[in-house]
Amino acid sequence: MIAGGSRAADGRRPWTFYLLGTLFAAYLLFLYGPMLVIYVLSFQGENGGVTFPMVGTSLTWFAQIFEPGQMANIPVAFGRSIALASVVSLLTVLFAVAAGLGFRRRFPGSGVVFYLAVASLVMPSLLVGFGIGLGFRFLGWDASLFTSALGAQLTWTLPFGLFAMFAVVNRFNRAWEEAATDLGASSWQRLRYVTLPILLPGIIGVAMGAFTLSYDEYARTTLTIGPLNTLPLEIYALISSATSPTLFAIGTLTTVGSFLIIGITLLWVMRLQRRRGTAVPHEG
Amino acid sequence: MNVRQLVSPWSAGAGAAMPIERRRALPKLPNWAVSWLQVGPLAAILLVLFVLPTVLFLVVSFFDYDRVGIYPAFLLDNYAELLTTPATLRVYVSSLKFAAIVWALTLVIGFSVAHFLVFHVRSPILRTIFFLLCAIPFWTSGIIRTIAWIPFLGRNGAFNQILMATGITDRPLEFLLFSDFAVIVTYVHLFTLLMIGPIANSLAKIDPALIEAARDAGASRWQTLVGVIIPLSKTGIALGSILVFTQVMGDYFVVKTMSGGQSASIVSMLSTEIQAMQYPPAAANAMVLVVFVAVMVGFMMRVVDVRKELVK
Repeated sequence: MIAGGSRAADGRRPWTFYLLGTLFAAYLLFLYGPMLVIYVLSFQGENGGVTFPMVGTSLTWFAQIFEPGQMANIPVAFGRSIALASVVSLLTVLFAVAAGLGFRRRFPGSGVVFYLAVASLVMPSLLVGFGIGLGFRFLGWDASLFTSALGAQLTWTLPFGLFAMFAVVNRFNRAWEEAATDLGASSWQRLRYVTLPILLPGIIGVAMGAFTLSYDEYARTTLTIGPLNTLPLEIYALISSATSPTLFAIGTLTTVGSFLIIGITLLWVMRLQRRRGTAVPHEG
Repeated sequence: MNVRQLVSPWSAGAGAAMPIERRRALPKLPNWAVSWLQVGPLAAILLVLFVLPTVLFLVVSFFDYDRVGIYPAFLLDNYAELLTTPATLRVYVSSLKFAAIVWALTLVIGFSVAHFLVFHVRSPILRTIFFLLCAIPFWTSGIIRTIAWIPFLGRNGAFNQILMATGITDRPLEFLLFSDFAVIVTYVHLFTLLMIGPIANSLAKIDPALIEAARDAGASRWQTLVGVIIPLSKTGIALGSILVFTQVMGDYFVVKTMSGGQSASIVSMLSTEIQAMQYPPAAANAMVLVVFVAVMVGFMMRVVDVRKELVK
Protein backbone atom coordinates (compact mmCIF):
# COMPACT_ATOMS: atom_id res chain seq x y z
CA MET A 1 0.00 0.00 0.00
CA ILE A 2 1.52 3.24 -1.12
CA ALA A 3 -1.14 5.52 0.26
CA GLY A 4 0.13 8.07 2.73
CA GLY A 5 3.65 6.89 2.06
CA SER A 6 3.70 3.91 4.37
CA ARG A 7 6.76 2.62 2.59
CA ALA A 8 9.64 4.49 1.02
CA ALA A 9 11.32 3.30 -2.18
CA ASP A 10 13.78 1.12 -0.29
CA GLY A 11 10.99 -0.58 1.71
CA ARG A 12 11.69 1.25 4.97
CA ARG A 13 8.96 2.90 6.98
CA PRO A 14 8.94 6.72 6.81
CA TRP A 15 9.46 8.73 9.99
CA THR A 16 5.76 9.61 10.11
CA PHE A 17 5.00 5.92 10.68
CA TYR A 18 7.02 5.96 13.90
CA LEU A 19 5.55 9.28 15.00
CA LEU A 20 1.93 8.23 14.42
CA GLY A 21 2.61 4.74 15.76
CA THR A 22 3.92 6.21 19.00
CA LEU A 23 0.92 8.50 19.18
CA PHE A 24 -1.42 5.57 18.63
CA ALA A 25 0.29 3.60 21.40
CA ALA A 26 0.00 6.62 23.69
CA TYR A 27 -3.69 6.90 22.82
CA LEU A 28 -4.27 3.25 23.70
CA LEU A 29 -2.43 3.80 26.97
CA PHE A 30 -4.65 6.80 27.67
CA LEU A 31 -7.73 4.77 26.74
CA TYR A 32 -6.88 1.77 28.87
CA GLY A 33 -4.89 3.42 31.71
CA PRO A 34 -7.88 4.34 33.88
CA MET A 35 -9.61 1.14 32.81
CA LEU A 36 -6.67 -0.89 34.10
CA VAL A 37 -6.92 0.96 37.40
CA ILE A 38 -10.55 -0.03 37.80
CA TYR A 39 -9.82 -3.62 36.77
CA VAL A 40 -7.25 -3.78 39.58
CA LEU A 41 -9.47 -1.98 42.08
CA SER A 42 -12.39 -4.30 41.38
CA PHE A 43 -10.39 -6.96 43.24
CA GLN A 44 -10.13 -4.61 46.24
CA GLY A 45 -10.18 -6.29 49.66
CA GLU A 46 -13.37 -6.37 51.69
CA ASN A 47 -12.42 -3.36 53.80
CA GLY A 48 -11.01 -1.34 50.92
CA GLY A 49 -12.56 1.64 49.20
CA VAL A 50 -12.84 3.08 45.72
CA THR A 51 -9.32 4.53 45.70
CA PHE A 52 -5.83 3.26 46.31
CA PRO A 53 -4.29 1.80 48.37
CA MET A 54 -5.46 -1.77 47.95
CA VAL A 55 -6.43 -3.42 51.23
CA GLY A 56 -5.80 -7.03 50.33
CA THR A 57 -7.64 -8.71 47.50
CA SER A 58 -11.03 -10.37 47.30
CA LEU A 59 -13.87 -11.25 45.00
CA THR A 60 -16.41 -9.63 47.35
CA TRP A 61 -17.34 -6.92 44.90
CA PHE A 62 -18.05 -9.36 42.12
CA ALA A 63 -20.23 -11.36 44.47
CA GLN A 64 -22.06 -8.14 45.41
CA ILE A 65 -23.12 -7.64 41.80
CA PHE A 66 -25.23 -10.77 41.93
CA GLU A 67 -26.83 -10.03 45.29
CA PRO A 68 -29.89 -7.85 45.03
CA GLY A 69 -29.09 -5.05 47.45
CA GLN A 70 -31.24 -2.31 48.96
CA MET A 71 -29.94 0.24 46.50
CA ALA A 72 -29.83 -1.69 43.28
CA ASN A 73 -30.64 -4.99 41.69
CA ILE A 74 -27.94 -5.37 39.08
CA PRO A 75 -28.81 -8.74 37.47
CA VAL A 76 -32.44 -7.77 36.85
CA ALA A 77 -31.45 -4.36 35.49
CA PHE A 78 -28.89 -6.05 33.28
CA GLY A 79 -31.58 -8.33 31.90
CA ARG A 80 -33.80 -5.34 31.15
CA SER A 81 -30.95 -3.53 29.41
CA ILE A 82 -30.19 -6.55 27.24
CA ALA A 83 -33.87 -7.00 26.33
CA LEU A 84 -34.27 -3.33 25.46
CA ALA A 85 -31.00 -3.21 23.52
CA SER A 86 -32.02 -6.29 21.51
CA VAL A 87 -35.35 -4.77 20.53
CA VAL A 88 -33.74 -1.42 19.71
CA SER A 89 -31.10 -3.17 17.65
CA LEU A 90 -33.67 -5.22 15.72
CA LEU A 91 -35.91 -2.23 14.95
CA THR A 92 -32.92 -0.10 14.00
CA VAL A 93 -31.67 -2.69 11.53
CA LEU A 94 -35.14 -3.10 10.04
CA PHE A 95 -35.88 0.60 9.53
CA ALA A 96 -32.39 1.99 8.98
CA VAL A 97 -31.44 -0.63 6.38
CA ALA A 98 -34.68 -0.05 4.50
CA ALA A 99 -34.17 3.71 4.65
CA GLY A 100 -30.53 3.37 3.63
CA LEU A 101 -31.63 1.49 0.51
CA GLY A 102 -34.36 4.06 -0.15
CA PHE A 103 -31.84 6.89 -0.03
CA ARG A 104 -29.88 5.46 -2.94
CA ARG A 105 -31.97 7.54 -5.29
CA ARG A 106 -33.15 11.08 -4.83
CA PHE A 107 -36.83 11.36 -4.11
CA PRO A 108 -39.07 14.31 -3.30
CA GLY A 109 -38.63 15.03 0.40
CA SER A 110 -35.30 13.21 0.76
CA GLY A 111 -33.68 16.42 2.00
CA VAL A 112 -36.30 16.85 4.70
CA VAL A 113 -35.83 13.30 5.98
CA PHE A 114 -32.04 13.70 5.89
CA TYR A 115 -32.08 16.87 7.99
CA LEU A 116 -34.69 15.34 10.29
CA ALA A 117 -32.24 12.52 10.99
CA VAL A 118 -29.37 14.98 11.54
CA ALA A 119 -31.48 17.03 13.94
CA SER A 120 -32.54 13.95 15.86
CA LEU A 121 -28.92 12.82 16.12
CA VAL A 122 -27.59 16.13 17.46
CA MET A 123 -30.45 16.88 19.83
CA PRO A 124 -29.07 17.02 23.40
CA SER A 125 -29.97 13.62 24.82
CA LEU A 126 -31.72 14.65 28.01
CA LEU A 127 -34.05 16.93 26.05
CA VAL A 128 -35.37 14.05 23.95
CA GLY A 129 -36.31 12.22 27.12
CA PHE A 130 -37.74 15.43 28.55
CA GLY A 131 -39.99 15.95 25.51
CA ILE A 132 -41.22 12.37 25.37
CA GLY A 133 -41.71 12.29 29.15
CA LEU A 134 -43.81 15.47 28.93
CA GLY A 135 -45.83 13.99 26.08
CA PHE A 136 -46.64 10.86 28.07
CA ARG A 137 -47.59 13.00 31.05
CA PHE A 138 -50.00 15.07 28.95
CA LEU A 139 -51.56 11.96 27.46
CA GLY A 140 -51.87 10.40 30.89
CA TRP A 141 -49.79 7.37 29.88
CA ASP A 142 -47.27 5.72 32.16
CA ALA A 143 -43.66 5.77 31.05
CA SER A 144 -42.18 2.29 30.70
CA LEU A 145 -39.36 0.28 29.25
CA PHE A 146 -40.85 -0.77 25.92
CA THR A 147 -42.89 2.35 25.22
CA SER A 148 -41.31 5.68 26.13
CA ALA A 149 -37.78 4.42 26.80
CA LEU A 150 -37.72 2.41 23.59
CA GLY A 151 -38.96 5.44 21.67
CA ALA A 152 -36.42 7.77 23.23
CA GLN A 153 -33.58 5.43 22.28
CA LEU A 154 -34.80 5.02 18.69
CA THR A 155 -34.43 8.78 18.12
CA TRP A 156 -30.71 8.19 18.62
CA THR A 157 -30.08 4.75 17.11
CA LEU A 158 -32.14 5.26 13.93
CA PRO A 159 -30.19 8.29 12.67
CA PHE A 160 -26.99 6.54 13.69
CA GLY A 161 -28.05 3.44 11.74
CA LEU A 162 -29.03 5.54 8.73
CA PHE A 163 -25.64 7.28 8.64
CA ALA A 164 -23.83 3.98 9.01
CA MET A 165 -25.92 2.63 6.14
CA PHE A 166 -24.85 5.56 3.94
CA ALA A 167 -21.27 4.41 4.40
CA VAL A 168 -22.22 0.77 3.74
CA VAL A 169 -24.36 1.51 0.68
CA ASN A 170 -21.76 3.84 -0.83
CA ARG A 171 -19.38 0.92 -1.24
CA PHE A 172 -22.05 -1.25 -2.86
CA ASN A 173 -21.68 -1.79 -6.57
CA ARG A 174 -25.09 -1.56 -8.25
CA ALA A 175 -23.87 -3.66 -11.16
CA TRP A 176 -24.61 -6.75 -9.03
CA GLU A 177 -28.26 -5.76 -8.83
CA GLU A 178 -28.48 -4.98 -12.52
CA ALA A 179 -26.95 -8.34 -13.31
CA ALA A 180 -29.56 -10.06 -11.13
CA THR A 181 -32.38 -8.20 -12.89
CA ASP A 182 -30.96 -9.03 -16.30
CA LEU A 183 -30.93 -12.68 -15.30
CA GLY A 184 -34.65 -12.48 -14.51
CA ALA A 185 -34.69 -12.07 -10.73
CA SER A 186 -37.77 -10.41 -9.30
CA SER A 187 -37.13 -7.40 -7.08
CA TRP A 188 -37.76 -9.53 -3.97
CA GLN A 189 -35.32 -12.20 -5.17
CA ARG A 190 -32.78 -9.52 -5.99
CA LEU A 191 -33.06 -8.14 -2.46
CA ARG A 192 -33.02 -11.55 -0.76
CA TYR A 193 -30.25 -13.25 -2.74
CA VAL A 194 -28.05 -10.37 -3.93
CA THR A 195 -28.38 -7.06 -2.10
CA LEU A 196 -28.79 -8.20 1.50
CA PRO A 197 -26.07 -10.88 1.47
CA ILE A 198 -23.55 -8.42 0.06
CA LEU A 199 -24.52 -5.77 2.64
CA LEU A 200 -24.61 -8.29 5.51
CA PRO A 201 -21.29 -7.37 7.21
CA GLY A 202 -22.35 -3.71 7.23
CA ILE A 203 -25.78 -4.62 8.57
CA ILE A 204 -24.19 -6.63 11.40
CA GLY A 205 -22.16 -3.50 12.16
CA VAL A 206 -25.35 -1.42 12.36
CA ALA A 207 -26.94 -4.00 14.66
CA MET A 208 -23.97 -4.08 17.00
CA GLY A 209 -23.66 -0.30 16.99
CA ALA A 210 -27.33 0.17 17.84
CA PHE A 211 -27.09 -2.46 20.57
CA THR A 212 -24.10 -0.71 22.12
CA LEU A 213 -25.70 2.74 21.97
CA SER A 214 -28.85 1.44 23.61
CA TYR A 215 -27.12 -0.67 26.25
CA ASP A 216 -25.05 2.28 27.47
CA GLU A 217 -27.68 5.00 27.14
CA TYR A 218 -28.80 6.90 30.23
CA ALA A 219 -29.44 10.56 29.38
CA ARG A 220 -32.37 9.83 27.05
CA THR A 221 -33.67 7.00 29.17
CA THR A 222 -33.63 8.58 32.59
CA LEU A 223 -36.80 10.65 32.12
CA THR A 224 -38.67 8.03 30.11
CA ILE A 225 -37.99 4.80 31.94
CA GLY A 226 -40.75 4.77 34.53
CA PRO A 227 -40.23 2.83 37.77
CA LEU A 228 -37.96 -0.01 36.55
CA ASN A 229 -34.36 0.94 35.85
CA THR A 230 -32.00 -0.24 33.13
CA LEU A 231 -28.40 -1.04 34.04
CA PRO A 232 -26.87 2.41 33.33
CA LEU A 233 -29.59 4.05 35.42
CA GLU A 234 -29.02 1.53 38.19
CA ILE A 235 -25.31 2.36 38.07
CA TYR A 236 -26.19 6.04 38.14
CA ALA A 237 -28.31 5.45 41.24
CA LEU A 238 -25.46 3.51 42.86
CA ILE A 239 -23.05 6.39 42.29
CA SER A 240 -25.32 8.98 43.80
CA SER A 241 -25.93 6.86 46.91
CA ALA A 242 -22.66 5.20 47.84
CA THR A 243 -19.60 4.49 45.78
CA SER A 244 -18.13 1.04 46.25
CA PRO A 245 -15.77 -1.07 44.16
CA THR A 246 -18.88 -2.93 42.93
CA LEU A 247 -19.06 -0.35 40.14
CA PHE A 248 -15.52 -1.25 39.13
CA ALA A 249 -16.38 -4.94 39.23
CA ILE A 250 -19.25 -4.24 36.83
CA GLY A 251 -16.76 -2.47 34.57
CA THR A 252 -14.37 -5.42 34.67
CA LEU A 253 -17.13 -7.93 33.91
CA THR A 254 -18.43 -5.76 31.05
CA THR A 255 -14.99 -5.59 29.48
CA VAL A 256 -14.47 -9.35 29.72
CA GLY A 257 -17.92 -9.86 28.21
CA SER A 258 -17.21 -7.37 25.42
CA PHE A 259 -13.98 -9.08 24.46
CA LEU A 260 -15.77 -12.43 24.30
CA ILE A 261 -18.70 -11.15 22.21
CA ILE A 262 -16.50 -9.16 19.85
CA GLY A 263 -14.16 -12.12 19.43
CA ILE A 264 -17.04 -14.43 18.54
CA THR A 265 -18.61 -11.90 16.16
CA LEU A 266 -15.28 -11.29 14.49
CA LEU A 267 -14.80 -15.00 13.84
CA TRP A 268 -18.33 -15.20 12.46
CA VAL A 269 -17.85 -12.25 10.09
CA MET A 270 -14.50 -13.62 8.97
CA ARG A 271 -16.14 -16.96 8.19
CA LEU A 272 -18.89 -15.17 6.26
CA GLN A 273 -16.32 -13.33 4.22
CA ARG A 274 -14.28 -16.44 3.57
CA ARG A 275 -17.39 -18.26 2.36
CA ARG A 276 -18.22 -15.37 0.09
CA GLY A 277 -14.63 -15.34 -1.13
CA THR A 278 -15.01 -18.91 -2.40
CA ALA A 279 -18.52 -18.36 -3.77
CA VAL A 280 -17.61 -15.25 -5.78
CA PRO A 281 -13.96 -15.65 -6.69
CA HIS A 282 -13.69 -12.42 -8.65
CA GLU A 283 -14.99 -10.06 -6.03
CA GLY A 284 -12.54 -7.21 -5.48
CA MET B 1 -33.54 -21.38 -18.25
CA ASN B 2 -30.56 -22.80 -16.45
CA VAL B 3 -29.39 -19.44 -15.35
CA ARG B 4 -32.80 -18.42 -14.15
CA GLN B 5 -33.10 -21.56 -12.09
CA LEU B 6 -29.84 -20.69 -10.39
CA VAL B 7 -30.99 -17.23 -9.50
CA SER B 8 -34.58 -18.02 -8.57
CA PRO B 9 -35.10 -21.51 -7.20
CA TRP B 10 -38.88 -20.93 -6.92
CA SER B 11 -39.39 -20.75 -10.66
CA ALA B 12 -37.84 -24.16 -11.21
CA GLY B 13 -41.07 -26.15 -11.12
CA ALA B 14 -43.42 -23.64 -12.68
CA GLY B 15 -41.30 -22.96 -15.73
CA ALA B 16 -39.54 -19.83 -16.76
CA ALA B 17 -42.39 -17.83 -18.20
CA MET B 18 -44.53 -17.82 -15.09
CA PRO B 19 -42.71 -15.44 -12.75
CA ILE B 20 -42.16 -12.93 -15.51
CA GLU B 21 -45.86 -12.82 -16.33
CA ARG B 22 -46.80 -12.53 -12.68
CA ARG B 23 -44.41 -9.66 -12.29
CA ARG B 24 -46.01 -7.84 -15.20
CA ALA B 25 -49.43 -8.31 -13.63
CA LEU B 26 -48.43 -6.17 -10.64
CA PRO B 27 -48.63 -2.45 -11.34
CA LYS B 28 -45.10 -1.11 -11.11
CA LEU B 29 -44.73 1.58 -8.48
CA PRO B 30 -42.93 4.77 -9.47
CA ASN B 31 -39.42 5.08 -8.03
CA TRP B 32 -40.27 7.85 -5.59
CA ALA B 33 -43.03 5.72 -4.08
CA VAL B 34 -40.64 2.80 -3.57
CA SER B 35 -38.21 5.14 -1.84
CA TRP B 36 -40.93 6.49 0.41
CA LEU B 37 -42.02 2.97 1.33
CA GLN B 38 -38.44 2.26 2.37
CA VAL B 39 -37.81 5.55 4.18
CA GLY B 40 -41.34 6.04 5.51
CA PRO B 41 -41.12 4.01 8.74
CA LEU B 42 -37.95 5.79 9.84
CA ALA B 43 -39.40 9.18 8.97
CA ALA B 44 -42.65 8.40 10.80
CA ILE B 45 -40.84 7.30 13.97
CA LEU B 46 -38.68 10.42 14.02
CA LEU B 47 -41.74 12.57 13.41
CA VAL B 48 -43.66 11.10 16.34
CA LEU B 49 -40.80 10.65 18.80
CA PHE B 50 -38.59 13.59 17.96
CA VAL B 51 -40.56 16.36 16.22
CA LEU B 52 -43.75 16.13 18.26
CA PRO B 53 -41.98 16.16 21.66
CA THR B 54 -39.88 19.11 20.52
CA VAL B 55 -42.99 21.01 19.46
CA LEU B 56 -44.49 20.08 22.81
CA PHE B 57 -41.76 21.65 24.87
CA LEU B 58 -41.76 24.65 22.58
CA VAL B 59 -45.42 25.09 23.55
CA VAL B 60 -44.78 24.40 27.24
CA SER B 61 -41.97 26.95 27.30
CA PHE B 62 -44.64 29.68 27.07
CA PHE B 63 -46.75 28.20 29.89
CA ASP B 64 -47.26 29.59 33.35
CA TYR B 65 -46.40 27.54 36.42
CA ASP B 66 -46.38 27.52 40.19
CA ARG B 67 -45.43 24.97 42.83
CA VAL B 68 -48.52 22.87 42.14
CA GLY B 69 -48.68 22.59 38.37
CA ILE B 70 -48.37 24.18 34.96
CA TYR B 71 -51.01 26.25 33.21
CA PRO B 72 -51.55 26.95 29.51
CA ALA B 73 -50.65 30.53 28.72
CA PHE B 74 -48.59 32.56 26.33
CA LEU B 75 -45.92 34.18 28.45
CA LEU B 76 -42.46 35.26 27.47
CA ASP B 77 -41.43 35.43 31.14
CA ASN B 78 -39.62 32.10 31.08
CA TYR B 79 -37.39 33.29 28.27
CA ALA B 80 -36.97 36.76 29.71
CA GLU B 81 -35.90 35.34 33.03
CA LEU B 82 -33.51 32.87 31.45
CA LEU B 83 -31.86 35.37 29.11
CA THR B 84 -31.39 38.05 31.74
CA THR B 85 -29.81 35.80 34.37
CA PRO B 86 -26.03 36.20 34.40
CA ALA B 87 -25.72 32.49 35.26
CA THR B 88 -27.05 31.55 31.82
CA LEU B 89 -24.32 33.40 29.99
CA ARG B 90 -21.69 32.02 32.35
CA VAL B 91 -22.82 28.44 31.78
CA TYR B 92 -22.94 28.88 28.00
CA VAL B 93 -19.46 30.39 27.95
CA SER B 94 -18.14 27.57 30.11
CA SER B 95 -19.78 24.87 27.96
CA LEU B 96 -18.49 26.50 24.77
CA LYS B 97 -15.00 26.66 26.22
CA PHE B 98 -15.09 22.94 27.02
CA ALA B 99 -16.56 22.19 23.59
CA ALA B 100 -13.83 24.14 21.78
CA ILE B 101 -10.94 22.60 23.72
CA VAL B 102 -12.33 19.06 23.50
CA TRP B 103 -13.10 19.52 19.80
CA ALA B 104 -9.51 20.58 19.04
CA LEU B 105 -7.99 17.74 21.07
CA THR B 106 -10.25 14.99 19.72
CA LEU B 107 -9.76 16.28 16.17
CA VAL B 108 -5.96 16.12 16.36
CA ILE B 109 -5.87 12.78 18.18
CA GLY B 110 -8.73 11.29 16.15
CA PHE B 111 -7.27 12.33 12.80
CA SER B 112 -3.80 11.04 13.71
CA VAL B 113 -5.13 7.70 14.92
CA ALA B 114 -7.39 7.28 11.88
CA HIS B 115 -4.54 8.23 9.54
CA PHE B 116 -2.25 5.71 11.21
CA LEU B 117 -4.83 2.92 11.06
CA VAL B 118 -5.88 3.54 7.47
CA PHE B 119 -2.58 4.43 5.79
CA HIS B 120 0.16 2.92 7.92
CA VAL B 121 -1.18 -0.40 9.16
CA ARG B 122 -0.84 -2.72 6.21
CA SER B 123 -2.35 -5.93 7.49
CA PRO B 124 -6.19 -5.84 7.34
CA ILE B 125 -6.46 -8.19 10.32
CA LEU B 126 -4.16 -6.08 12.45
CA ARG B 127 -6.13 -2.99 11.41
CA THR B 128 -9.41 -4.60 12.49
CA ILE B 129 -7.87 -5.59 15.82
CA PHE B 130 -6.58 -2.05 16.40
CA PHE B 131 -9.99 -0.60 15.57
CA LEU B 132 -11.63 -2.98 18.02
CA LEU B 133 -9.10 -2.06 20.70
CA CYS B 134 -10.24 1.54 20.26
CA ALA B 135 -13.90 0.56 20.38
CA ILE B 136 -14.03 -1.98 23.21
CA PRO B 137 -13.90 0.51 26.11
CA PHE B 138 -17.07 1.99 24.59
CA TRP B 139 -18.96 -1.08 25.76
CA THR B 140 -18.32 -0.24 29.36
CA SER B 141 -20.86 2.20 30.70
CA GLY B 142 -19.87 5.84 30.15
CA ILE B 143 -20.64 6.42 33.80
CA ILE B 144 -18.12 3.82 34.90
CA ARG B 145 -15.53 5.09 32.43
CA THR B 146 -16.02 8.57 33.85
CA ILE B 147 -15.54 7.60 37.47
CA ALA B 148 -12.61 5.37 36.46
CA TRP B 149 -10.62 8.59 36.28
CA ILE B 150 -11.18 9.30 39.96
CA PRO B 151 -8.79 6.64 41.34
CA PHE B 152 -6.46 7.39 38.45
CA LEU B 153 -6.17 11.15 38.91
CA GLY B 154 -6.78 11.43 42.65
CA ARG B 155 -4.24 12.60 45.21
CA ASN B 156 -3.20 8.99 45.95
CA GLY B 157 -4.12 7.97 42.45
CA ALA B 158 -2.17 5.88 40.02
CA PHE B 159 -0.95 8.86 38.01
CA ASN B 160 0.44 10.73 41.00
CA GLN B 161 2.11 7.57 42.28
CA ILE B 162 3.80 7.05 38.92
CA LEU B 163 4.94 10.68 38.87
CA MET B 164 6.37 10.43 42.37
CA ALA B 165 7.93 7.02 41.84
CA THR B 166 9.77 8.27 38.78
CA GLY B 167 10.83 11.41 40.64
CA ILE B 168 9.10 13.87 38.33
CA THR B 169 7.38 15.49 41.30
CA ASP B 170 7.89 15.02 45.02
CA ARG B 171 4.35 16.02 46.04
CA PRO B 172 1.07 14.79 44.58
CA LEU B 173 -0.40 17.18 42.03
CA GLU B 174 -3.68 18.59 43.30
CA PHE B 175 -5.13 20.08 40.13
CA LEU B 176 -5.59 16.71 38.45
CA LEU B 177 -8.95 15.80 39.90
CA PHE B 178 -12.16 17.78 40.39
CA SER B 179 -11.08 20.52 38.05
CA ASP B 180 -11.59 21.71 34.49
CA PHE B 181 -8.57 19.59 33.63
CA ALA B 182 -10.33 16.43 34.82
CA VAL B 183 -13.47 17.35 32.86
CA ILE B 184 -11.50 17.82 29.64
CA VAL B 185 -9.52 14.61 30.09
CA THR B 186 -12.72 12.66 30.65
CA TYR B 187 -14.43 14.18 27.60
CA VAL B 188 -11.47 13.36 25.38
CA HIS B 189 -11.46 9.84 26.78
CA LEU B 190 -15.17 9.39 26.11
CA PHE B 191 -15.52 11.08 22.73
CA THR B 192 -12.35 10.59 20.65
CA LEU B 193 -13.81 7.46 19.08
CA LEU B 194 -16.65 9.58 17.65
CA MET B 195 -13.95 11.41 15.69
CA ILE B 196 -11.91 8.34 14.72
CA GLY B 197 -14.84 6.47 13.14
CA PRO B 198 -16.10 9.00 10.57
CA ILE B 199 -12.59 10.24 9.71
CA ALA B 200 -11.27 6.71 9.16
CA ASN B 201 -14.28 6.01 6.95
CA SER B 202 -13.49 9.09 4.84
CA LEU B 203 -9.78 8.29 4.65
CA ALA B 204 -10.44 4.71 3.56
CA LYS B 205 -12.39 6.01 0.55
CA ILE B 206 -9.47 8.08 -0.79
CA ASP B 207 -8.06 6.62 -3.98
CA PRO B 208 -4.36 5.82 -3.34
CA ALA B 209 -3.62 6.90 -6.91
CA LEU B 210 -4.42 10.51 -5.94
CA ILE B 211 -1.82 10.48 -3.19
CA GLU B 212 0.69 8.86 -5.50
CA ALA B 213 -0.04 11.51 -8.12
CA ALA B 214 0.58 14.27 -5.57
CA ARG B 215 3.87 12.62 -4.61
CA ASP B 216 4.92 12.25 -8.25
CA ALA B 217 4.10 15.88 -8.90
CA GLY B 218 6.65 16.74 -6.24
CA ALA B 219 4.41 17.46 -3.24
CA SER B 220 6.01 17.03 0.16
CA ARG B 221 4.40 14.85 2.83
CA TRP B 222 2.94 17.96 4.46
CA GLN B 223 1.64 19.34 1.17
CA THR B 224 0.00 16.02 0.36
CA LEU B 225 -1.66 16.02 3.76
CA VAL B 226 -2.93 19.60 3.56
CA GLY B 227 -3.68 19.70 -0.15
CA VAL B 228 -5.07 16.23 -0.81
CA ILE B 229 -5.85 14.13 2.24
CA ILE B 230 -7.51 16.72 4.50
CA PRO B 231 -9.81 18.16 1.77
CA LEU B 232 -10.86 14.63 0.79
CA SER B 233 -11.65 13.67 4.39
CA LYS B 234 -13.59 16.80 5.26
CA THR B 235 -16.92 14.94 5.44
CA GLY B 236 -15.56 12.68 8.15
CA ILE B 237 -14.02 15.63 9.96
CA ALA B 238 -17.33 17.50 9.84
CA LEU B 239 -19.36 14.52 11.04
CA GLY B 240 -16.94 13.79 13.88
CA SER B 241 -16.90 17.45 14.88
CA ILE B 242 -20.70 17.60 14.95
CA LEU B 243 -20.89 14.47 17.10
CA VAL B 244 -18.24 15.63 19.59
CA PHE B 245 -19.64 19.14 19.80
CA THR B 246 -23.20 18.02 20.45
CA GLN B 247 -22.10 15.41 22.98
CA VAL B 248 -20.23 18.02 25.01
CA MET B 249 -23.07 20.53 24.79
CA GLY B 250 -25.57 17.87 25.89
CA ASP B 251 -23.54 16.50 28.78
CA TYR B 252 -24.51 16.88 32.39
CA PHE B 253 -22.94 13.93 34.13
CA VAL B 254 -19.24 14.45 33.41
CA VAL B 255 -19.22 18.10 34.37
CA LYS B 256 -21.10 17.39 37.57
CA THR B 257 -18.89 14.48 38.59
CA MET B 258 -15.43 15.56 37.47
CA SER B 259 -15.46 19.27 38.24
CA GLY B 260 -16.33 18.57 41.86
CA GLY B 261 -19.26 20.98 41.60
CA GLN B 262 -17.15 23.89 40.41
CA SER B 263 -18.58 23.99 36.91
CA ALA B 264 -22.11 23.54 35.67
CA SER B 265 -23.33 22.70 32.23
CA ILE B 266 -26.43 23.90 30.42
CA VAL B 267 -28.11 20.53 30.73
CA SER B 268 -27.21 20.10 34.40
CA MET B 269 -28.91 23.45 35.03
CA LEU B 270 -31.87 22.15 33.08
CA SER B 271 -32.04 18.83 34.87
CA THR B 272 -32.16 20.66 38.20
CA GLU B 273 -35.24 22.50 36.95
CA ILE B 274 -36.81 19.27 35.72
CA GLN B 275 -36.25 17.62 39.09
CA ALA B 276 -37.91 20.59 40.74
CA MET B 277 -40.85 20.02 38.32
CA GLN B 278 -40.41 23.53 36.92
CA TYR B 279 -41.28 22.38 33.43
CA PRO B 280 -41.95 25.73 31.69
CA PRO B 281 -38.57 27.32 32.55
CA ALA B 282 -36.87 23.99 31.81
CA ALA B 283 -38.61 23.93 28.44
CA ALA B 284 -37.54 27.51 27.68
CA ASN B 285 -34.01 26.58 28.64
CA ALA B 286 -34.21 23.51 26.40
CA MET B 287 -35.53 25.57 23.45
CA VAL B 288 -32.65 28.05 23.72
CA LEU B 289 -30.17 25.17 23.80
CA VAL B 290 -31.82 23.47 20.82
CA VAL B 291 -31.70 26.65 18.75
CA PHE B 292 -28.10 27.24 19.78
CA VAL B 293 -26.99 23.72 18.85
CA ALA B 294 -29.00 23.85 15.61
CA VAL B 295 -27.32 27.10 14.58
CA MET B 296 -23.85 25.74 15.35
CA VAL B 297 -24.47 22.45 13.52
CA GLY B 298 -26.06 24.32 10.61
CA PHE B 299 -22.94 26.43 10.40
CA MET B 300 -20.69 23.33 10.37
CA MET B 301 -22.84 21.77 7.65
CA ARG B 302 -22.56 24.93 5.55
CA VAL B 303 -18.78 24.68 5.70
CA VAL B 304 -18.92 21.06 4.51
CA ASP B 305 -21.85 19.81 2.46
CA VAL B 306 -22.17 16.53 4.35
CA ARG B 307 -25.31 15.52 2.48
CA LYS B 308 -23.74 15.74 -0.93
CA GLU B 309 -20.92 13.48 0.20
CA LEU B 310 -23.07 10.90 1.96
CA VAL B 311 -26.08 10.59 -0.29
CA LYS B 312 -25.43 10.20 -3.95
